[in-house]
Amino acid sequence: MWEYTDKVKDHFFNPHNVGEIEEPDGVGEVGSLACGDALKLTFKLDENGRIKEAKFKTFGCASAIATSSVLTELIKGKTIEEALKVTNRDIADYLGGLPEQKMHCSVMGREALEAAIENYRSGGKAKHELEGTIVCTCFGVTDVEIERVIRENDLTTVEQVTNYCKAGGGCGGCHGEIEKIIQKLQAGKPRHAPHKVPAKTSKLTNIQKIQLIQQTINEQIRPALRAHGGNIELIDVEGNKVIVAFRDMCAQCRMAEFTMKEVIEAKLHEFVSVELFVEEDKDTQDQPHTHRE
Amino acid sequence: MKTIYFDNNATTKVAEEVLEEMQPLFCELYGNPSSMHTFGGQIGRRIAHAREQVAVLLGCEPTEIIFTSCGTESDNAAIRAAVAATPEKRKIITTRVEHPAVLTVCRDLENHGYEIMEIGVDRQGRLDLDEFKHELDDNTVLVSIMYANNETGVIFPIDRIAEMVSEKGAVFHTDAVQAVGKIPLNLSKTAIDMLSLSGHKLHAPKGVGVLYVSKGTRLAPFMLGGHQEAGRRAGTENVPGIVGLGKACEMARNNIEQENQPVAKLRDKLEEAILRSCPDSRLNGDKENRLPNTTNISFEYVEGEAILLLLDRYGICASSGSACTSGSLEPSHVMRAMGVPFTAAHGSIRFSLSRYNTEEEVDFTIEHMPGIINRLRELSPFVAEQGGKRL
Repeated sequence: MWEYTDKVKDHFFNPHNVGEIEEPDGVGEVGSLACGDALKLTFKLDENGRIKEAKFKTFGCASAIATSSVLTELIKGKTIEEALKVTNRDIADYLGGLPEQKMHCSVMGREALEAAIENYRSGGKAKHELEGTIVCTCFGVTDVEIERVIRENDLTTVEQVTNYCKAGGGCGGCHGEIEKIIQKLQAGKPRHAPHKVPAKTSKLTNIQKIQLIQQTINEQIRPALRAHGGNIELIDVEGNKVIVAFRDMCAQCRMAEFTMKEVIEAKLHEFVSVELFVEEDKDTQDQPHTHRE
Repeated sequence: MKTIYFDNNATTKVAEEVLEEMQPLFCELYGNPSSMHTFGGQIGRRIAHAREQVAVLLGCEPTEIIFTSCGTESDNAAIRAAVAATPEKRKIITTRVEHPAVLTVCRDLENHGYEIMEIGVDRQGRLDLDEFKHELDDNTVLVSIMYANNETGVIFPIDRIAEMVSEKGAVFHTDAVQAVGKIPLNLSKTAIDMLSLSGHKLHAPKGVGVLYVSKGTRLAPFMLGGHQEAGRRAGTENVPGIVGLGKACEMARNNIEQENQPVAKLRDKLEEAILRSCPDSRLNGDKENRLPNTTNISFEYVEGEAILLLLDRYGICASSGSACTSGSLEPSHVMRAMGVPFTAAHGSIRFSLSRYNTEEEVDFTIEHMPGIINRLRELSPFVAEQGGKRL
């Protein structure tokens, strides 16, 4: 069971400001049924430009409902400029903290607020549009959003990024790219050394290299693909060329070509050698996949 | 507040009779059955008796029973031992809805050069037997398919599958953790080679399990360092646990028919009432071939964890296949394999009953369920009449 604070429980069992304001000044909608949570925020301003009323409707777990409730409380009485300063941290802190895996709920609150303000500023016309390019296709998270949660919450691992904005929580295909964003933003800061890194020796024999490649595929790459019904097989290693075949879901996935290759190369560079490059085995590509949908 | 326990597929209450049987084995009869003195040696008879009680429930020989520490250990041992016995065959067949104790072990073997085939299920959670027949070949070393699914309670046609596997000369293992004690078994009449069961799912304590290995099935010892369990599973026996499991098996055997009928009746009452009183709810899993105690219901447009917490306020214990309860971001692998739409999978709730549940408990739950669902739907930005569209 989740360790929720009394504040979280209180706002879940007795949420404040539930509903929808008629003729609102701003409407923000984020999330979806498929993602497991969604939030619709509406607000109305008073004559001085302060938020007079804010209401929410939320589909999601206890912490999603509690963060929505708190969000409406936090922004009431604020001007638009003041409201925009509310961060996901503020929401989480107000609740006395959230379990790490639930931090994305607080981020959803902040996103809904921004969407609502954007909608207000465009005179009620603008629908929230994603900024940047999509990194996580499973949950539709962009690089801009990922960079933002990293900066605002000082995140250093892919797992944390997943906890905060869901990116990387599906097939795992974008882990390499998230890692790159973290490295870019956190460069220069001391980092926790990733554990269980196989020792990288300066000179590998061919056999050692192949074993290490196989081990990296087994431990670092396959579990992520497996989580989404995909698979990978090491076909051969010729010098620095690593030949792999994608199976099952991955074989049918049109994204495979450019995302998978990059992710796998990144992992192989990290754990084996930076000289390696990946090629997909075309000969086995047409083999029938092993299960139906 | 009274606890209403509808989570018996997770674990069960230890039966009072079982506890009574175990009690003397802690402070009075605490000897080691391997000792030479009478004080320890007499304990061996208790273990032998428990072995017989288990064998009677399963319809097999006592020598075919190996006591382990849990269902997961039994699954691990069965799978690893089976593939080790026939190293020249490299294919393992299992299903996409297996418990992780089987699925994770198979996927680990994939890293050691084995080919793993995971058979799919249909929308009702029924196994795709055509796909299975197609995959079963001479290279298959092991087939491991659960007897009944823990999330939906759907029972697979294990006897038929075991026959097919036997004809191909492969080993057949079944994880029967959810089935034993809930439906009658007679292993002497089946072609099942190995079967796992877990004590705490049938009113014995946690920390004891069984691996059944049929006579003639090759099994390398899987724990070394002692002669216990005929040298196949070394380690000083969990005597109280084993004795408790024996008693629990005896009770299950004596009462399986009389007890499961009322359990099924209560389950049906709960299920029908909820489906009737909560709009946009649907049953997950095949109604025909199902454990008598399990029902899995999806409530559209609401999320499982939120439902569980509201149920918890009334003391009602259940579980959910939603993403939020598992700590991952996606619904359970069983719901996904069945193709349950995400909209419904996120709001799936499992009630699993036992002989200790009462009609009052069922009525109490029926009374409060619509209120809980309505309350969350009022919070939800999605509405039913627009087919899940936003307001």
